[in-house]
Amino acid sequence: MSLKTEEMILNMGPQHPSTHGVLRLELKLEGEIITDVIPHIGYLHRCFEKHAEAMTYPQIIPYTDRMDYLASMYNEFGYVLAVEKLMGIEVPERVEYIRVIMGELQRIASHLVALGTYGADIGAFTPFLFCFRDREHILHLFEITSGARLLYNYIWIGGVSHDLHPDFLRLTKEFVDYFRPKVKELNELLTFNQIFIDRTANVGVLPAETAINYGITGPNLRASGVKWDLRKDDPYSIYDRFDFEIPVGNGEKGTCGDCWDRYYVRVKEMEESLKIIEQAIEQIPEGDVTSAIPRRVKPPAGQVYSRVENPRGELGYFIISDGSVNPKRVKVRAPSFVNLEVLGELCKGHMVADVVAILGSIDIVLGEIDR
Amino acid sequence: MGLLDKQFTDDNIIVTKVEDLLNWARLSSLWQMGFGLACCAIEMMATSASHYDFDRFGVIPRPSPRQSDVIIVSGTVTLKMALRVKRLYEQMPDPKYVISMGSCSNCGGPYWEHGYHVLKGVDRVIPVDVYVPGCPPRPEALLEGLLKLQEKIRNESLVNKKSA
Repeated sequence: MSLKTEEMILNMGPQHPSTHGVLRLELKLEGEIITDVIPHIGYLHRCFEKHAEAMTYPQIIPYTDRMDYLASMYNEFGYVLAVEKLMGIEVPERVEYIRVIMGELQRIASHLVALGTYGADIGAFTPFLFCFRDREHILHLFEITSGARLLYNYIWIGGVSHDLHPDFLRLTKEFVDYFRPKVKELNELLTFNQIFIDRTANVGVLPAETAINYGITGPNLRASGVKWDLRKDDPYSIYDRFDFEIPVGNGEKGTCGDCWDRYYVRVKEMEESLKIIEQAIEQIPEGDVTSAIPRRVKPPAGQVYSRVENPRGELGYFIISDGSVNPKRVKVRAPSFVNLEVLGELCKGHMVADVVAILGSIDIVLGEIDR
Repeated sequence: MGLLDKQFTDDNIIVTKVEDLLNWARLSSLWQMGFGLACCAIEMMATSASHYDFDRFGVIPRPSPRQSDVIIVSGTVTLKMALRVKRLYEQMPDPKYVISMGSCSNCGGPYWEHGYHVLKGVDRVIPVDVYVPGCPPRPEALLEGLLKLQEKIRNESLVNKKSA
């Protein structure tokens, strides 16, 4: 006997603790099985492009901070690299090292939020507290350097706003030594917890081919087994000088590209970031950090596309300059925006409760999606 | 009841005003609506987490507006979101309080000048009790804002002074 059921449409968000901000998902349900998910965005639209038209090049940096607010340092990093490429500025060695250290610390901080809230989303609240405890150490490092905890305006075109705090390198070294065992702690607490594995393994499997077709980048792509990381494959800044691995998912607990893999790739990436930071601390030279900052940022007419590996994937800036102090256009290729598109594909055939697990594993930031 | 527990050998009574008792109860367990809008929400989460421990003041995030006493508007309120914020506020049971966290929800913040999307102050849709400045405010600033709100609740009066 077959029961005929009607399709039901359920709204999730914009106020929902697991949508990581103000995202509205329109779930189409057949009983408890999901047939389609349509994300509705724009609740946090902050017209970045419109602001970019009205601002000068350095004035845009604070607005890039506020796009992906969990990875502010990296957003600045990507933007200044694009402008420097347009103007042909060579930055001092020390600045390059400072930027890499900041970028990798930011990657760890961003992943800590992703992992902590992921645990909280699917019912394990304690890891959230553990992750935020460790993240505070990184925020402290940022604070003694730039004066801000979350949105820094630290990396400037041609340099950084001011030199490192005298204690910064020592404290960063201490943080690296402190944090290594904490990753193991997180693994014991959450990663290899059988309940967690049951909840995430074999859920929301993203095959490599689908991921590439959708243009997924970052940890989500690597979890599907594709070894693609711009730090290695299209090195920018000084990333070619460091020795680190690119972790990929291999279906250790289920199928390659499932939620657990996406989670675990982030854990392993934090360890790789620690390696990069350690090497950078050893190699960092002395020098002036503000010598290459131009007095007046007025790039020649032209256009440039520059991309970096943000904690969420490929962050690209496309800048058109008409030779004046304001850019004609700044278009951002936001990794979260592209990564979110695959959500409908991943959720099909799963239960309602799995939407939370799948959405959390994609790790989106709404500020960047809506811009 | 750590304060009074096992302090007395005999049964006791405490004499107080109804007003003081109610205000004390209200300010000591302000359940917060777990609702983040933008960057400030991350600082709000940091305030709730281990380092700053919002729990100390009886603030526990609740997922539903029906169970909460205070809404912390944390982040940019866009025109699209403004009506939703208003509806969420209306769904909260009385007595209810509003903390506006960060420049964006205070006045539009960095988007004030060129933004075609921003609501220039959440107080245009819902009444705000405490404004916390900053972009984003530090967790300490949010804690201070909460203490100000508690002070405000402590001085509330049940008596309708106009009709008396």
